[in-house]
Amino acid sequence: MSGIPVLTLLTVLPLVGAAIALWSGKHARTVALLTTLASLAVALFVWTQLPADGSMGLVERAAWAPSLGIEYHLGVDGLGALMLVLAAIVTLMSVDAANRVHHQPGLYFGLVLLLESGLFGSFTALNFFHWFLFWELSLIPAFFLIKLWGGTRRGPAATQFFVYTMAGSVALLVAFMAIFLSTGSMDFPHLTQLASTGALEQMVTAHLGPVTLWLAIGVLAGFAVKVPMVPFHTWLPAAYAEAPSPVTMLLTGAMSKMGVYGLLRIAIPLFGHQIAQIRTPLLVLAVATVVMGAWAAVAQTDLKRVFAYSSVNHLGYCLVGIFALAVPAAGAAAQTSQAAALNGVILQMFNHGLTAASLFWFVAIMQQRSGGHRGINDFGGLRKPAPVLAGLMGIALFSSLGLPGLNGFVGEFLIFRGVFPLAWVAATVSLLGLLVTAGVILTVIQKVFNGPVAEHCTGFQDMHHGERMALAPVIGLMLLIGLVPQLIVDSVNPTVVNLLAHWRF
Amino acid sequence: MLAWTIYLSFAGALVQALLPKGKAELSRWLALAVTVAGLALAVAGFAAGMGQGRVIIADVPWVPAMGIHYLLAADGISRVLVLLTGLAAVAGVLFSWNIELRTNEFFAFYLALIGGVYGVFLSFDLFLLFVFYEIAIVPKYFLIAIWGSTRREYGAMKLALYSFVGSSMVLIGLLAAYATAGSHSTSLIALSHANLPVNFQMWCFPLVFTGFAILAGMWPFHTWAPTGHVAAPTAASMLLAGVVMKLGAYGCLRVGIWLFPRGLDPWGFSFIGVGSWRDVFAILAVVGIVYGALVALVQTDFKFVIGYSSVSHMGFVLLGLMTLNQIGMTGAVMQMFSHGIIAGLLFAIVGRIVYERTHTRQLAELETMHLSKRLPFATWSFVIAGMASMGLPGFSGFVAELQVLIGAWSVKPWWTLAAGVGIVVGVAYTWRAMQKAFFSDKLPTPDEHPKTGWPDLGAITWPEYTGVALLVGVSLFVGLYPRILLDAIEPAVKTLLAGGGQ
Repeated sequence: MSGIPVLTLLTVLPLVGAAIALWSGKHARTVALLTTLASLAVALFVWTQLPADGSMGLVERAAWAPSLGIEYHLGVDGLGALMLVLAAIVTLMSVDAANRVHHQPGLYFGLVLLLESGLFGSFTALNFFHWFLFWELSLIPAFFLIKLWGGTRRGPAATQFFVYTMAGSVALLVAFMAIFLSTGSMDFPHLTQLASTGALEQMVTAHLGPVTLWLAIGVLAGFAVKVPMVPFHTWLPAAYAEAPSPVTMLLTGAMSKMGVYGLLRIAIPLFGHQIAQIRTPLLVLAVATVVMGAWAAVAQTDLKRVFAYSSVNHLGYCLVGIFALAVPAAGAAAQTSQAAALNGVILQMFNHGLTAASLFWFVAIMQQRSGGHRGINDFGGLRKPAPVLAGLMGIALFSSLGLPGLNGFVGEFLIFRGVFPLAWVAATVSLLGLLVTAGVILTVIQKVFNGPVAEHCTGFQDMHHGERMALAPVIGLMLLIGLVPQLIVDSVNPTVVNLLAHWRF
Repeated sequence: MLAWTIYLSFAGALVQALLPKGKAELSRWLALAVTVAGLALAVAGFAAGMGQGRVIIADVPWVPAMGIHYLLAADGISRVLVLLTGLAAVAGVLFSWNIELRTNEFFAFYLALIGGVYGVFLSFDLFLLFVFYEIAIVPKYFLIAIWGSTRREYGAMKLALYSFVGSSMVLIGLLAAYATAGSHSTSLIALSHANLPVNFQMWCFPLVFTGFAILAGMWPFHTWAPTGHVAAPTAASMLLAGVVMKLGAYGCLRVGIWLFPRGLDPWGFSFIGVGSWRDVFAILAVVGIVYGALVALVQTDFKFVIGYSSVSHMGFVLLGLMTLNQIGMTGAVMQMFSHGIIAGLLFAIVGRIVYERTHTRQLAELETMHLSKRLPFATWSFVIAGMASMGLPGFSGFVAELQVLIGAWSVKPWWTLAAGVGIVVGVAYTWRAMQKAFFSDKLPTPDEHPKTGWPDLGAITWPEYTGVALLVGVSLFVGLYPRILLDAIEPAVKTLLAGGGQ
């Protein structure tokens, strides 16, 4: 409850940067770098200001349009703050990676910063209207970034991305209209409170009939598109592959987290009971996301598509964790499992964001060096001409694989630790996905870095000083989180306990 | 204070008509000065009226024998719509800056139209309201017939005929109401307390409501709207969609619903689920929403897309009115304001910024022009306007349509669901038009493809920048801070719903 509206400042900062970047032409990247650095500093400051008990901190509240249930209500807990930090890091990485934007740089970086503002806004909003505003705000710049700077088939990819996400948004909007009609509120904490006593369902049933389950499905569908979950994932490979790599970093690193975040902040708190009712089909879809993502990655030869599908696979673990814990917990052991799974999900969100964004960054670097190639078979023996690239990218790849000692392991371990007692079949089948992923990653390492040097890779230059300096901190962070996960868990765990205490399944 | 918006506009029209020929520049600045002054008065009146209910501005006996008064008053709804008129008037002048043909006459008609519109929104006397309503129709005809484009005589005549049919229906209803009430007053306030017989209201309400709703573009009487919009010069399209269609909707609310509330009562029997005039008009509104959107989806002329989108968006206004509840009717008034701003912006971009440079409105031809690279300002203005028109949160349209949908849901959920389909199609047609007009990668045939780069389309002029900034700014501001209007509209709607013997 400090006097300065830090969260508002954080959201407005990129907007101001975007306005400046639009008019600064060639210097737009510098403006964007400064803005994202400043945003990161503020986001880290927010991280240090969290209340120790895991409740909402830095709350800002003001009347907006009370007759519509619209209120300016902001706040973060450990989950929100971690996502803020992730969004700030990933945007900074993306701006850093985008050093070859010659076509309308002002507009490009303006849109990137607008997207960052959308991310910040949606991770801090506690009122549906406010949240929805930023959820949509992030969609528009993403569309144009793909549409205007993407690869050869960018048009259809951008449209598909937009149509899918928009359809999801409509489902969300309808569900929240129904909620507002029944309760007269769009405030997340208030609605969570209502749901935890079962009053929400009673109110909805009294006003609209027995439709709560359908509302839950609508909300789930809206988020399932964004994450994405099978069968709503088909927009993703095209969008990730056609988008310029720095934009793909944003899409996978930060925007996909908006979906998982929405599940944790909105779907589960409001519809936990309904989700528990349809837990089995949801788990089947989540496991399908894990397994199909992994198998689809095997079949790809385009590096960007390999990583796109492996992203689907990694976020699938988050889904498995979330749906597995949606059971009425009986006893302390089950509660511990739930807490472990939720901790794992939140960690996995952060880790995947970091790792996936850096992998796409490496692809961008490889594309620049090789004249636009990005097929697995286009490369070979890069270990010799580019040992630093091979080493750093190797670490990122192993992080993606989930090697102990690196960040990826901690999240996935906690998820499995939590899920096994709650849904052992789902955990077992998902483990297969883990094995397949390992196969995919090792194949990439084998083909790209080992073997004879491919023809057009002979003159391949290693990462230069600037790139090393930019990527080293990211790789360092992977190691740090892998070795000292308490850095995050200590702040996230109180939030997890607090969240679970308010959820009703 | 608000009354001066009327006098000022008519005085401006008179001065314009008397200006010597060949003083185009003077004429423009004069028109801008008059409309800006009108806007300033509207803003001041809006601010001064905050927290007040209905305020009588002027009450002078006019034709005492018939009880006709020169009665001007304003409640929250009037103030919001006067504000809209002020904004639309300024924007219209800015986007007419390039009119060279008989400039002073153009602005004379323009200002007369504006004066009439201000008059309608401020009249609380039935006779006076009708006079202003007719005054607004005549200049519209000349604006289209003289300065219009595609099939302008046809468009102008169709518009005028539809309007006159509508207003004669209204006139019959009004005379009947005056005679039936027997109170020897044409004041709306007095008539609303007259407790007209239910049987009388039952036939008079649909007559008056339909008469006004024709001008609001209600399906199936909407066909004047697209042809009229397309034929009209840009500023006239902006005013037509921006404020003139609102005259119709305002009449439906202020006269139709306020004077004849019992006309909305159930008939006592129902035929395939339709049991009252309320159901009838709500269904027509919903059909208009969906039909307008679907037709907009297949247009080949860019301006027709916007023309049909107006029909669709005005359907939300009528649907909101038919909810007869606080939230839905507030939404209807919000939508009047919001659509006035957004439709004005869309017509300005399509008719002025794009058409005056490319000289085509055919989407198939615009597709080959790479406008996103050659006219970035127009492109991004259209993207923003399109987002506003789609009803994305953060713009005025979202709040308005959300309220209408919520209001409709609590009456009959299927109205909301059907209107929701209209919104989805709305996203599609806006998207399609944007894609084709600005972002298409289709190249012209090789011999047309210029080797040396594209011919210059001309820089964007300052009135265009200013106009776009004004309209975008207002839509965003209202979208982000809807209370500014809601605080004015909500009490007025509440009074209106409570009054008139319900």
